[in-house]
Amino acid sequence: MSILFLVFQQTMFFSIPLLIVALGGVFTERSGVTNIALDGMMIMGAFTSIFFINQMQATMSGQSLLLIAILIATGTGAIFSLLHAYAAVNLKADQIISGTALNMFAPAFAIFVARMIQENGVQQINFANTFRIQSVPLLGDIPVIGGLFFKNAYITTYLGFVILILAVFVLYKTRFGLRLRACGEHPHAADSVGINVYRMRYAGVMISGALAGLGGLVFVIPTSTNFNATVSGYGFLALAVMIFGQWRPLRVLFAAFFFGLMKTIASAYSVIPFLSTSDIPSDIYKMVPFIATLIVLAFSSKSSQAPKAVAIPYDKGSR
Amino acid sequence: MNKLKNTLLNDSFNRAYSSVFSILIGLLFGLIILMISNSDQAVDGFVIILKGGFSTGAKGMGQVLYFATPLILTGLSVGFAFKTGLFNIGAAGQFIMGAFAAVYIGVKWTFLPAPWHWIVALIGAAVVGGLWALIPGLLKAYLNVHEVIATIMMNYIGMYLANYLVKLTVYDSKKALSMNVAETAVLPKGGLDQVFFNHIGTTKDMSTVNGGIWIAILIAIVIYIILNKTTFGYELKACGYNPHASKYAGINDKRNIVLSMVIAGMLAGLGGGLLYLAGANGRHIKVVDVLAAEGFNGIPVALLGLSNPIGIIFSAIFISYITQGGNYLQTLNFVPEVIDIIIACIIYFSAFALIFRNILPRFIKFRKEKKAAKAEEQMETTTAAEVEVEAQVKEEGSDKE
Repeated sequence: MSILFLVFQQTMFFSIPLLIVALGGVFTERSGVTNIALDGMMIMGAFTSIFFINQMQATMSGQSLLLIAILIATGTGAIFSLLHAYAAVNLKADQIISGTALNMFAPAFAIFVARMIQENGVQQINFANTFRIQSVPLLGDIPVIGGLFFKNAYITTYLGFVILILAVFVLYKTRFGLRLRACGEHPHAADSVGINVYRMRYAGVMISGALAGLGGLVFVIPTSTNFNATVSGYGFLALAVMIFGQWRPLRVLFAAFFFGLMKTIASAYSVIPFLSTSDIPSDIYKMVPFIATLIVLAFSSKSSQAPKAVAIPYDKGSR
Repeated sequence: MNKLKNTLLNDSFNRAYSSVFSILIGLLFGLIILMISNSDQAVDGFVIILKGGFSTGAKGMGQVLYFATPLILTGLSVGFAFKTGLFNIGAAGQFIMGAFAAVYIGVKWTFLPAPWHWIVALIGAAVVGGLWALIPGLLKAYLNVHEVIATIMMNYIGMYLANYLVKLTVYDSKKALSMNVAETAVLPKGGLDQVFFNHIGTTKDMSTVNGGIWIAILIAIVIYIILNKTTFGYELKACGYNPHASKYAGINDKRNIVLSMVIAGMLAGLGGGLLYLAGANGRHIKVVDVLAAEGFNGIPVALLGLSNPIGIIFSAIFISYITQGGNYLQTLNFVPEVIDIIIACIIYFSAFALIFRNILPRFIKFRKEKKAAKAEEQMETTTAAEVEVEAQVKEEGSDKE
C-alpha cells in the first residue's frame, strides 16, 4: 500500500507542473498564438522565484515564503512573455523563431545572472525545502484518500487543481473566454464584431507566460533542492500534453496524468516490485514516457482539433 | 552609383542585410550586458568576443572551423526542412544517433582499410540520422502528428538510447567518454594541418580541424544544387509553400514530407559523424542526460543563414567564431553564457526580418522620390529660353537620325 501512495505522490509531482503549463499553452493557442517558448518561460519563472527563496529563506520559511515565490514566478513569466507577444502580435513575426529565441535566452540568462550575483560563482541556486506538508489536518486522517491526496503534499498540488477549474470556467463560461477562443478560430470574424484581436492575443500569451512561470517553480520545488537553469525539457513536454489533450482543459488533465505516471515509472521503477526485479537498464526506462507519448500521439492526432488560426499573425488588411 | 542602389534594392542582398542588422543589434545588446555586469572590463571583454577564435592565433581559427563543421550540417538539416515547410527541432537526436553510429563503426569495424573506414563510418552516421528522422516523417505524413512534437520526443529517446548504446559498446570507463576511434577512421587533414597550428618552441601545437570542413562545404553546395537546380528540390519546396496546390499539381506530398525529413536527418547525423571522427585530441561522446547542443544550435545557424545553404556556411562559422570568443571571456571573469544571450538576441531580431527587409528599400525609394521632386521643381524654374535651347538640341538630334 505504501508503494501505491509513493507512486501516486510521485505522479502528482510530475503531472501538476505539466498540467499547469499545458493549460497555459491552451490559453495562448486558443487565442491564436503558438508558444514554443513555454520551456524558457518556465526557466525564467523558476529562476526568479527560487532565487528569491534562496535570498529570503534565512528570514522566512514555510508556506508564506512559498506563496510570495508563487507570485514572483507568475509575474516573471507574464512579463517575459511580453517579448513573445510583442513579436507575434505587433510585429507579426514568425512565432516559432521568436519562441526559439526566448528558449535560448532563458537558460543562458539564468546561468549568467546566477554566476554573476552569487558569491561562490556557481550556476546552481540552492534552497531548503520547507514547504512539504506532512499531513493536512483532518483531511489527512481519512483512510486511503487521505494517504493519496493529503499527506506529503504541497499547496502547489492543490493550486494546480484550482487553476484547472478556473481555466474551464474562464474558457467556457465567461465572455472573455468566448472572445479568446473566437480569436484563435477566426480572428477576422471576431474583429468584425468589435473584439480587439490584438488585446485578446496579448491576454492569451501573458496567461500562458504566467502559468508557465508558475509551472517552473512547481516543477523544481518537490523534485530537487537546487535550481540548475533547466526544467528538463518540461516546457516541450507540456506542449505535447496540450496537443494530446486536444486543446481542452479536462483532456489536458488526463494527458498530464498519463505522462506523469509514465515519468514516475521511469524514475521510480526500482521501488516498484515487479519492475525492480527485471534487469532492464535505467536508460531504457527513461525513454518510456517519450515513447508512450509518441504512440499516443500517433493514435490521437488524426482528427486534430487545433485552433484554426493558430500561429498565423493577424493582419487586418488580409483576406 | 545606380548600380549600388540596385544591389541595395536586390532582394537577396536585402535579406542578408537584415541578418547583418540583427547581428549588430545582438552584439550591441551583449555589450550592454557586459557593461551592466562589470563596466570596467566591458570593453576588453567585448573586444575578446569580436576577436573570437583569433585570440589564440592560427590554432584558434582551426578550432573555429572544427566546431563550425557540425554546425554547418545541423544548420543545413534545419534549413533544408524549413525550405520544405517543416520545422526539424530534432537535429539534436539525429545528431547524437549519427555520432554513435560513426564512433561505433570507427571503433569496431577495424577490418576496413584506411580511406574506406572513415567513409563507411560517415555513411553509417548519415543513414542512422536519416532513420531517426524517418519516424517523425512517417508520423507526420500518414498520422498527422505535428513534426515539432514528434522530433522533440525523438530527441529524448535518441539521447537516452545513444547513452545506453555507448555504455554498452564503445565506452572508456576510465575517462567516462566514448573510446578513441581507430586511426583508419580518423578523417584526413585535407591540407589544413599545414595552416592551423601555433609554434610552441620547436613543436607544433596542432588544431583539431580536419577535412570534415571541406566535406561540410561540399555537402552545402550539393544541397544548394538540389534545392535550386533540380525538379526534385522544386517539388519539395512547392510542398513547403503550399501543400494543397502542389498536391493538385500532381506532386506526391506524403512521399515528399517523408523524404524531406529523412534528408534533414541524414544531414544532422552526418554532422555527428564529422565532429566525432577526429582522433584522440578531438571530441568524444559524453554520457550525460543533456541534449546535444550542436543540434539546437543548428536552429540559429539556419535562421541566421536564412535557410540558404551557402548562407548557412557563413552563419555557422560566425556562430562558432563568437562561441570560441566566449570561451576566452572567462579570463576576464565574465560568464561565457553571454554568447548564448547574444545569439538569442540575434535570433529574436531576425524574427522581425520582414520589417528590416522593408525599411531599407522604402528609405531608398523615399530618397529617389525626393530627388525626382527636386528635379521637377528645377524644371519649372528653368527659363523659357533654356527650354527653347533644349528643344533645338533635340531637333538637331532627331535630324541627325
